Amino acid sequence: MQSSISPLQRMAGRTKQPLNRMHGTCEGVPVTKKLIFIVFLLLAAWLSWTLWSTPPASSTTRKLVLTGSSTVAPLAAEIGRRFETLHPDVRVDVQTGGSSRGVNDARAGLADIGMASRALKTSEEDLYSFTIALDGISIIVNRSNPAAALSRQQIIEIYTGAITNWREVGGRDAPITVVNKAEGHSTLELFLHHFGLQNRAVKPQVIIGDNQQGIKTVAGNPNAIGYVSIGSAEYEAGHGTPIKLLPLEGVQASVENVRNGSFPLARPLNLVTQSEPAGIVRDFIEFARSEQVRELVEAQYFVPLAR
Amino acid sequence: MNWSKLNTLFPSRADQPLLWLLRLCALTAATVVLLILTFLVIESRPALRDVGIARFFGDRSWHPTEGEYNFMPMLSGTVYCSLGALLLAVPSGIAAALFSRWYAPASVAGLFRRLIELLAGIPSVVYGLWGLTTLAPLIGRLHAPGTSLLAGILILALMILPTIALTADAALAAVPQAYLRGAAALGLSRWGMISGVALPATRSGIATGILLAAARAMGETMAVLMVCGNVVQYPDSLFDPVRTLTANIALEMAYAMGDHRAALFVSGLALMLLMLAMVGAAGLLSRGRRYA
Amino acid sequence: MPEATAHSIAPLGITRDRLATFVIWSAALLVTGLFLWLISDILLGGITRLSWAFLTEPPFDAGRSGGIGPIIVSTGLILLVAIAASVPPALGTAILLAEFSRRESLFGRSVRLSLDVLAGVPSIVFGLFGNAFFCIYLGLGFSILSGGLTLACMVLPILIRTAEEGLRSAPDDYRLAAAALGLSRSAALMHLLLPTAMPALIAGLMLGIGRAMAETAALIFTSGYVDRMPDSLWDSGRALSVHIYDLTMNVAGGDANARAAALVLVVLLLLVNGAAMTLADRWRNARIVTA
Repeated sequence: MQSSISPLQRMAGRTKQPLNRMHGTCEGVPVTKKLIFIVFLLLAAWLSWTLWSTPPASSTTRKLVLTGSSTVAPLAAEIGRRFETLHPDVRVDVQTGGSSRGVNDARAGLADIGMASRALKTSEEDLYSFTIALDGISIIVNRSNPAAALSRQQIIEIYTGAITNWREVGGRDAPITVVNKAEGHSTLELFLHHFGLQNRAVKPQVIIGDNQQGIKTVAGNPNAIGYVSIGSAEYEAGHGTPIKLLPLEGVQASVENVRNGSFPLARPLNLVTQSEPAGIVRDFIEFARSEQVRELVEAQYFVPLAR
Repeated sequence: MNWSKLNTLFPSRADQPLLWLLRLCALTAATVVLLILTFLVIESRPALRDVGIARFFGDRSWHPTEGEYNFMPMLSGTVYCSLGALLLAVPSGIAAALFSRWYAPASVAGLFRRLIELLAGIPSVVYGLWGLTTLAPLIGRLHAPGTSLLAGILILALMILPTIALTADAALAAVPQAYLRGAAALGLSRWGMISGVALPATRSGIATGILLAAARAMGETMAVLMVCGNVVQYPDSLFDPVRTLTANIALEMAYAMGDHRAALFVSGLALMLLMLAMVGAAGLLSRGRRYA
Repeated sequence: MPEATAHSIAPLGITRDRLATFVIWSAALLVTGLFLWLISDILLGGITRLSWAFLTEPPFDAGRSGGIGPIIVSTGLILLVAIAASVPPALGTAILLAEFSRRESLFGRSVRLSLDVLAGVPSIVFGLFGNAFFCIYLGLGFSILSGGLTLACMVLPILIRTAEEGLRSAPDDYRLAAAALGLSRSAALMHLLLPTAMPALIAGLMLGIGRAMAETAALIFTSGYVDRMPDSLWDSGRALSVHIYDLTMNVAGGDANARAAALVLVVLLLLVNGAAMTLADRWRNARIVTA
C-alpha cells in the first residue's frame, strides 16, 4: 500500500470513480481509440522499418570482422584498437564464441578472420593459419597445499582416480578434488594428449569451462588440482589469489619458460583465414604478428612470437 | 469472464480494428515460437538422423567426441536442480509476497519490494560468481568438493525467488477488496483471510509465477555452470557434482562441431519436452483440483 | 485491512495466526538477509572503483582499466530495442488471450502451452537462434538490433503470461459495468481493465527488463563483444552483463572492474524500475483513482 489512505477509503474511491469516469468518456471514446490505434500503428511501422531496412551504407569505413576463441578475443580487441588508430578508415569488430566457431565462420565467410586457441586440425588444413602468440598450460593447486611437485605418473594417477588422497603424494591427509575441462576445449585436448590420457578415463570432481573459473575453483578449494593457461595463473598468483603453479616435468611453469621453449605444454594462438589473405586482412595479420603489438601481447599475459 | 461471444455484451462493431490488431500481435508472438521450434528441429536433425533417439538414452555415457551420447544423467541433473530450487523458492517467495502485502509496515513493504525487483535483475553471472567464490567454498568445508547439486539448488532458489515473489505479489494486489472485507466481516484472522480467501483467489496467478520460475530454473545457464561442478553423473547425494543440460550446452557449444553440435541442440529440444511435460502435469493437477 | 483483522478474536485462529506471522516474518528476514549478504559481498567490492571517469570512459587493457561508458550506452540501446519490440505484441496477445478467448479454448490453450515451452528454452539457444535468424538470415550482423530483438523473443513469454494474468484478475463487474454503459471494448480496456491490471503489467515488465538486463548467453552471439561506442543500432555493442561475464570468466585480474560494473548494472536497474513504476502509477491514478 503505497499511499496513506486506508485501503477501505481507497476501495470506496475506486468503485465509485470509474463509473463517474465512464460517464465522462462516452463522447471521448473515438478519440482514445484512434489514439491507441495510431500508437500501435507507429510502433508496428517502426518495428518493420528496423527489421527490413538495410544498414546505412558505410561509404568510407571498411569493417573487419573477427570471430572465435574467447582466449584470443581480448588480445585481438586490443590489437584491433591500435590498428584502428593507424588506419582511421577501418573498423575492427571482434566477436567471441569459441575456436570452432572461429574456424567455421572463417570458412563460411561470415568473418574475415577466425580466431583459434589451438593449431588447425587435419580436417581444417584447407584454411590458412597465422600464429600471433603462444600460451602454455600449467597445473595449479591451492597455495595452502604443501605438495611441491608432482611427477608425470602421479598426475596421470590423480586424474584417472588411482590416487585420491593428497597423503599419497606428499601432501596432507585430504581427498583430492580433480578439476577437469569440459569436452571439446582445446586446453583439455592438449592436456590429455600430453599425458596420453583418454577423457573417459579421467575421474573429475569438478568440470569447468573458462580459465578464470578454474582459477576461482582452485582458489576456493584447498584440496583442488586443475590446469589452466599459464599467463592467467601467473597473473592471479602474483596478485594475491591463493593458487600456486606446479612445475611440469622439472620445468618451472612460467611465461618465461614458454618463451624460451623449455616448457613442454604450450599451444599457439592463431588467426585463421579462408583464403590467402589480401588487402586489409593481410595488413591486419601482419600487424598482429609484428613487433608493434609486442607489449599488447605481454599485457594479456601471453608469449609474443620469438624473433 | 470474457468477450469471446461477440455482441452479447458489446453490440457495437467499433472494436473490429482493435481485434485485428490483437490478432496481428498474437500472430507475431506465434511466429516467434514457431521460428524457434523450427530452428531447433533443423539444427538437431543431423544428430537425430545419424545418432538416433535411442542412443541418447542408451549409450554408456556422454562423450560426444568419442561417439557416446547418453544425456540422461544431465536430464536428471536439470530435474533435481530445478525441483530442489522450486521446493525452496516457492514457499519463501509466496511468504515474501504475503509479507510485503499484509505483514510489513507500509514503508518497509515498499523497500522490500524494491529489493526483490532489484534481485530479479542481477545478472546470473553475478549470482554464479557469488556462488563460486562464497557459497561453494562454504559447502566445501562441510563436504568436498563444494561445487555440487546443493550449491546449484541454493543459487537457483535465490535466482527464481524474485520471479515467484513478484508475480504472487501482483496477483495478491489484484484480489478484489470486497473479498477481503467479506473475510474481515466474518471475523477471520489475518492468516484465515490469507489462507481461506486471498491465496485461493490468486491460485492461477501464483501458478503462472511458479511456471515462469520453473522455466527460468530449467533454462538457467551461467550460474549453474559455475556452481554445479558439471560432472556428468547421477548424483548420490546433495554434495555430489552434477551437470545440467543447459550447462552442458554452454560448456560445449563453443567447441562442438558436426553431430556433437547437433546433439547439443537435441538436448535443447529435450529441455523443451521436459518443460512441456511439466506444463502438462501442472495443467492436470490444477484441473483435478478444480473439479474436486 | 491488516489493521482490522490482526487482532481478531477467533480463539482457534489465534495460535495459527501468530505462527503464520512468525513464519512469514522470518522468511522475509531470511530473504532480506541473504540478499543483503549477496549484494554487499559482490557489489561493495566495486564501489571503490566507481567514479565519473569509470562511467564515461571506454575500457582499456581488455577491461582491466578504463571505464564502461560505451557499454552503458549499448546496454541502454539494447534494452530500448527489446522493450519496443516486445511490449506491443505481448500486450496485444495478452489482451486477446484474456479478454477475447475463453480460457479453455483450443486457441488459448495452445498459445499458452507454446509460450510456457518457449519460456523453458535455455538462453544460449535463444542466442544461437538470434545469431542464425537476425544476424545471418535477416542480415543484421552482430548488432544492437539483433541483440535487442533476440531479447524481445526471450522476454515475450514472461510479458504475455504476466499481462494475461493481470487482465484476468480484473473484476468482472468492471466489464459488466462498462458494457452496461455502452462503452466499446477498446474504451473499457483503455479506461478500466488495463489500469486495473497495471500492477501485474508492471511486475511483468520489471521481470522482463530484469531478465533482459541480466542476460549474457543470448547476447554474446547477437549483440556481440565490441566495446566501442556504437554509432547506430547496426553497430555491435557489448552489454554490461557480457562485460561482467568476460571480466570474471575470461580476463585475469578483471574482478574488481567486474564488481564495479555489476554495481552500475544494479543501480541502472533500480532507476529503470523506478521510472516505469512512477509512470505506471501516474497513468493508473489518472485513469482510475483520482480522475
